[in-house]
Amino acid sequence: MEDTRFNNPEEQRKIDSIAADILRNVRINKGFILWMGFLLTLLALCLLAYTVQLRKGLGVTGLRDFTSWGMYIANFVFFVATSLVGMLISSVLGLIGYQWVKPISRIAEIIAIAFAAVAGLVIISDMGRPDRLPYVFLYGRVQSPILWDVTVVTTYFVLSLLLWFFPLIPDLAISKSRMEGRPAFLVKAYEILSFRWEHHEAQYKIMKQAVRILLILIIPTAFAIHTVTSWLFAVTPRTGWDSTIFGPYFISGAFVSGTAAVIIAMYFFRVNYRLEKYLTEDHFEKIGRVLVLVSVVYLYFNLNEFLVPGYKLKTGDAIHLRELFTGHFAPLFWGIQILGLIVPIILLLFRRMRRPLPMLLISLIVLCASWLKRLIIVIPPQAHPNLPIQYVPPEWIVYRPTLIESAVTLASILLVLIIITILSKLFPVIPIWEMAEDGNKKSINT
Amino acid sequence: MSKEKQEKDDGKPDLDKVLETSRRDFIRKVTIAGAVTVTGAAAVYSGHRFEKGKHREGMVRVLTEDNRLVEIPIEQMKDFKPDLKMLQSRGREGISGRKWVMVIDLSRCRNARKCVEACQHAHHLRPYEYHLNTLVMQESVNTPAYFMPKQCQHCDNPPCVSVCPVDATFKRQDGIVLIDNERCIGCRFCIAACPYSARIFHWQEPSMAEADKDLEYDVELNVPHKKGTITKCLFSADRLREGMLPYCVTACPNGVYYFGDENENAVTNGTTKETVRLSELLEQNGAYRLMPELGTKPRIYYLPPKNRLFDFDRGESKEFKEETI
Repeated sequence: MEDTRFNNPEEQRKIDSIAADILRNVRINKGFILWMGFLLTLLALCLLAYTVQLRKGLGVTGLRDFTSWGMYIANFVFFVATSLVGMLISSVLGLIGYQWVKPISRIAEIIAIAFAAVAGLVIISDMGRPDRLPYVFLYGRVQSPILWDVTVVTTYFVLSLLLWFFPLIPDLAISKSRMEGRPAFLVKAYEILSFRWEHHEAQYKIMKQAVRILLILIIPTAFAIHTVTSWLFAVTPRTGWDSTIFGPYFISGAFVSGTAAVIIAMYFFRVNYRLEKYLTEDHFEKIGRVLVLVSVVYLYFNLNEFLVPGYKLKTGDAIHLRELFTGHFAPLFWGIQILGLIVPIILLLFRRMRRPLPMLLISLIVLCASWLKRLIIVIPPQAHPNLPIQYVPPEWIVYRPTLIESAVTLASILLVLIIITILSKLFPVIPIWEMAEDGNKKSINT
Repeated sequence: MSKEKQEKDDGKPDLDKVLETSRRDFIRKVTIAGAVTVTGAAAVYSGHRFEKGKHREGMVRVLTEDNRLVEIPIEQMKDFKPDLKMLQSRGREGISGRKWVMVIDLSRCRNARKCVEACQHAHHLRPYEYHLNTLVMQESVNTPAYFMPKQCQHCDNPPCVSVCPVDATFKRQDGIVLIDNERCIGCRFCIAACPYSARIFHWQEPSMAEADKDLEYDVELNVPHKKGTITKCLFSADRLREGMLPYCVTACPNGVYYFGDENENAVTNGTTKETVRLSELLEQNGAYRLMPELGTKPRIYYLPPKNRLFDFDRGESKEFKEETI
């Protein structure tokens, strides 16, 4: 078949200019080396903390028999949650037909890949016997939600990776001839990974079909990963977890943290990679509206989750809610609900707040609040079990995360940053061919 | 013989008679000789067979489990010690025909904590690591406080078994819920799921790890313990296999515990050794189970603290200090 795509000189010029803009950052410069060096050094220190845990046991954390799931599990839930945004942006908004998501869909996929990949590692850090990880596959019981979680998180990770990679192939083909000055291994990688892409219409057709199938497949998978994650809690008869709305409660919360993460990444790429032309103020204005929408939905689920048991005040619920509303966890609880949810919703209703810098600040707060919210979901229901905690050492009664535990958690966050850095620095972060195609069609900018 | 013959010859011998007599005599003698020979040979032969059948020098006969009679050299005889594989398979199966059940009479408990100590001693636990703990309970300000021994309830619908990803904790045919620390991956999903806080985790190296390291792991005793795995009450499955009552049951000085087989409808008091009908004991004392609304169907019944034998005395509060990790 004849290559019809880039043979007219005007189109060629457009491709050249877009590729030049986007590939300007695809290189190993001093900033990249320093940043990666910083991340890796810190990661090495944090992994040292993990070796202490491996040697001495989980007792080096603040976890004990009563609060036996803590920061690690909360962090795991946060990671799975944040990874869900890949599905929201690319699939839900993309399939509806919003064209403005095109330049940010790859950013969303990178976040999905990074968080989903590290979520699996986070869960290993919480295991008492990580050496027995193969037992999950050798002796796995399908009745256990952990098996479901392992299955769907892996599937979601693979689908996200493919969703990132398929649309990247034409970009690699476009880029490989424009790689002068880049390290040889990168040029070679582009050469191999572009699979001799020749920009035939037929190739584009197949690729788009494949992507469309993936976009549809990833919707039930994404719903599954976070619903199953919520079921790790909701299948137990424990007050505070024993809830029928945990699935949608978790999913709506996931969209909040994921959208905030995408906004932060967008801001970073816009400013540092000088991509103002592609990640415009208009994009921020639109994704700001998305953040308001998902936050309002999440607020609605919060109302259900806390007000309904709060009205009845069954014995266990009464203790649990008193702890949250006025007790030990009250400052954290109200801080998260007000500063991390209600205030952002109100602020983002104003157009002036949906500009890049205010959005960055709001998103940072929302993301931190989302992380802390997972602690509130995981820890308080264990602090007050049905039967009293007696005849134990005082440190067993109240959970306090230790330095080692925090360092291991930091390691997982560093790993996410490392993956995001590699994927966004060594490969085009904005789809070049889609930008070129977009201009061609003069599509309605919805 | 020739002398006799001569005498007969002397006194008018009848030749025919003589011939007849001597023939009969001969036949008789031959017959006797033959019989003697055959008998002797038979005796010798059977003696030989008997000798052969008797176990040989240095050998011993043993009846095997599958009813075969075999012979092994005496020097190869060893006291039977079940290996890990056998301990695991019989431990997972349980004791057939049994449905173990426990009844705890709260009216007799005065928090002597002998049961707790016996349990911790038998299972090599630290003073603050409990398979069994006695708790101070009070439902409301107007109801009196009482002591309640609390261990794994060995639920017939156990939430911990449902959620276990690797079949490390399981329900046996005799009703006991056990934990296999050769299998446990330490995810602690079972701790999260248990409404009775019955399960504990080895956050650090178990207290007697060094001393126990050569012991074969017995899932019915859960010793030796392993760091990073779960442990909990086992209804003393190792003692039940030997036909004895659980450690806590026999250690109680106050007659709190009854233990027995639901199939036999009989439970024995560990202190008085009195055996009573389970159904009557439950019926006459208003027995109940913990958190019946959860549908876990515990195998432990509690008798309410009515007509108590002792006044409620909280006793001195004891400080527990965690060993440095």
